[in-house]
Amino acid sequence: MTTASQEFLHESLPELDRRIVLATQTGLPLDARPYHWLASELGVTPALIMERFNAMLADGRIRRIGVVPNHYRLGYVANGMSVWDVPDEVIHAVGREVGELDFVSHCYHRPRQLPDWPYNLFAMVHGHSREEVARQVEQIAALLGDRQRRHDILFSSRILKKTGLRLGG
Amino acid sequence: MDALDRRIINELQGGFPVCEYPYREVAGRLGSTESELITRIGCMLDDGLLTRFGPMYHAENMGGALSLCAIRVPHDRFETVTEMVNAHPEVAHNYQRDHDMNMWFVLATETPAALQAAIDSIEAQTGLSVFNLPKLEEFYVGLHFTV
Repeated sequence: MTTASQEFLHESLPELDRRIVLATQTGLPLDARPYHWLASELGVTPALIMERFNAMLADGRIRRIGVVPNHYRLGYVANGMSVWDVPDEVIHAVGREVGELDFVSHCYHRPRQLPDWPYNLFAMVHGHSREEVARQVEQIAALLGDRQRRHDILFSSRILKKTGLRLGG
Repeated sequence: MDALDRRIINELQGGFPVCEYPYREVAGRLGSTESELITRIGCMLDDGLLTRFGPMYHAENMGGALSLCAIRVPHDRFETVTEMVNAHPEVAHNYQRDHDMNMWFVLATETPAALQAAIDSIEAQTGLSVFNLPKLEEFYVGLHFTV
């Protein structure tokens, strides 16, 4: 049995994947058969396009296919970047616990930059008001107990730029 | 935004299928029709209720580099420094935050070397230190907003 990619001899798969990314980084076509639409746009078979999407989903190059709601428009007008100084020995366990909270959208271990920046765990918290975000951050503090030395919340006051991630042509 | 819009938003924060008629499949789950679903998604994108619809690419897994950077910008230079930083195409988002460390931006480049070059360029232009805070471990990404 030949797979779709074995039928495809004219360019490398990385190059095709790159063209797929370029063609879809602003979104998926709003056409009843979006993968067929892309296939005809890129000059390959629909089976190959679908195979490449499945491959990129499987290896993590695509996180998921779906919508990104505008959280401001949904009423989540406050976002606070909570930052925590967590002992390195427990950061892995603490990060996983914090990441599981339903009001946390992103949770990362990042390096401290001493003496300017003592925090090594970042958890983005969304709420309908700054008060709600502050209460949620206190919930995190209660969960962590003495596994954090200090923390802070940085509220965003202004979006200075938002273009999203783009590959160059 | 009506009940169907809400159901569409909730449903499509999960996975959109890879198949010949994916809208038809999702519409079936929602008790709607293919054409209604396509129209609704288009309207919500035009209206700004949705920021995006499509594949979410993972920059590092694509071979690119991504980092969160911060600068402590003196208040009287904030607008000038904003212009200098935003002029770099590598800057994907930039937020002002209420803190002594008051400018936070995401750099996204196709290679790690290009990321360092962008930081060097911003430091040279602004005369300010850029604190580079690349992620060391990711615990969770992707809030599900129930609407």
